Amino acid sequence: MKTIITVIGQDKVGIIANVSRILADEKINISDISQTILQDYFTMTMLTEMPEQCYSIGDLQTKLNALGEEMGLEIRVQHEAIFDAMHRI
Amino acid sequence: MRDYTGNIIETIQMINEEKLDIRTITMGISLLDCIDSDGEKARKKIYDKIIHYAKDLVKIGDEIAGEYGIPIINKRISVTPISLIAGASDDTDYVAYAKTLDEAAKAVGVNFIGGYSALVQKGFTKGDRILIDSIPEALTVTDRVCSSVNVGSTRSGINMNAVKRMGEIIKETAEKTADRDSIGCAKLVVFANAVEDNPFMAGAFHGVGEEEVVINVGVSGPGVVNKALRDLKEATFDEISEAIKKSAFKITRAGQLVANEAAKRLNVPFGIVDLSLAPTPEIGDSVARIIESMGIGTCGGYGTTAALALLNDAVKKGGIMASSHVGGLSGAFIPVSEDEGMIAAVQSGALNLEKLEAMTCVCSVGLDMIAIPGNVSAAVISGMIADEAAIGVINHKTTAVRIIPVQGKDVGEMVNFGGLLGYAPVMRVNQTDNSAFIARGGRIPAPVHSFKN
Repeated sequence: MKTIITVIGQDKVGIIANVSRILADEKINISDISQTILQDYFTMTMLTEMPEQCYSIGDLQTKLNALGEEMGLEIRVQHEAIFDAMHRI
Repeated sequence: MRDYTGNIIETIQMINEEKLDIRTITMGISLLDCIDSDGEKARKKIYDKIIHYAKDLVKIGDEIAGEYGIPIINKRISVTPISLIAGASDDTDYVAYAKTLDEAAKAVGVNFIGGYSALVQKGFTKGDRILIDSIPEALTVTDRVCSSVNVGSTRSGINMNAVKRMGEIIKETAEKTADRDSIGCAKLVVFANAVEDNPFMAGAFHGVGEEEVVINVGVSGPGVVNKALRDLKEATFDEISEAIKKSAFKITRAGQLVANEAAKRLNVPFGIVDLSLAPTPEIGDSVARIIESMGIGTCGGYGTTAALALLNDAVKKGGIMASSHVGGLSGAFIPVSEDEGMIAAVQSGALNLEKLEAMTCVCSVGLDMIAIPGNVSAAVISGMIADEAAIGVINHKTTAVRIIPVQGKDVGEMVNFGGLLGYAPVMRVNQTDNSAFIARGGRIPAPVHSFKN
């Protein structure tokens, strides 16, 4: 299952490291990554591949939300299909 | 990825800042096989069937909302019009059916259940009469049951006996729920040209031409459209129309995705996506503000009807390509109490009932969620219903009346219905005596379908 992880907030040391560590621990592969400053906010988007069946988006959301709170960032995990549906014909 | 990031951020902004949401996943359930001459047995079958099909509706709706990161505000159920089901029983009062629907809705955790309905565009059956007579009590003793009555259609004309009766029923419902600002009337719609697959309340019912069980989805997103227009300060109407179409396309695609996913997980066929712009009382979720973004100072000023016509049409054009099956009401809703911009427009004096009536000629439904003084007569309310029905019947569109004669309140006083139903100032009504007109009874014949002028 492909998911999009977005991280939005104040730029600081260790954002990518911390998010990647959680993903590595959960054996979730990062297939693509991009970061930019949009309207003064650090914005990172990651395309990840989750092993089908053995992991739910809900579990990953819980872990990343906890990190988001700790670092003062908004972290979202969403199924890639929503973006595909809305922006690709 | 870099090219795609803009799209991802746009979607997140739509959801977070522009209040994009899926307004409802509505499961339509046929109750035709629950018919029984013994009312009690029929109600047991109804309860069991609803529980059987809808037990996971809320859970799966929440799961989808979580995974895709898009809020799904309501989960609802629509059922076969109860007048058809209960009519086969010997019961002389159908309130017990409403209670059964309410209990089933609460057991599965849905927000509303629609279908306490009768279709009387041409005449009444025994079941229709009993159901209509029991609406005030049914809406008083239940919380989640919604009721609708279809009094006219382009094919059969307008049943003026039903129009007269519904004026009285609305008054009675208001009186019975007087202690709660007459909220019973917020759950009662009088239609012309009612549709069979509408997922929106209070007018949802599961038509007899529908399949056994079906998933219909209603989208929303006035904030998304408004944002697109605010970015187009000096654009022509051609450009505005294009921008609305693009926004409607994206919104509807999200709805289609959710609908497919819900249908798959619930193992129920997908029915339609209703691509309505449904406002809420929250700031940033208003249809009136879209009209104002086009350049009209306050919604209700001259130009409003044209703006709404453009909006309604562009939403349909954009949405139709985005969904495999579009249905329901599909267009821009203009409820007053559920739209922060409409409420403000009424308070400022720019928007009155006469203008709202004109707007209903081009919007997707009709006079919706309008609070009027409690002392307005049943005949005047029937007159409003007749006028709306005439607009719908002549123009081949759905129209409806959902008005609340708030007991004990007068023009300018505020009423709060709570939640999605919102709040509204009581509006002035032209109370010219029309009782002789309404008392005539009979039917207004179906209109001719040629010589269109």
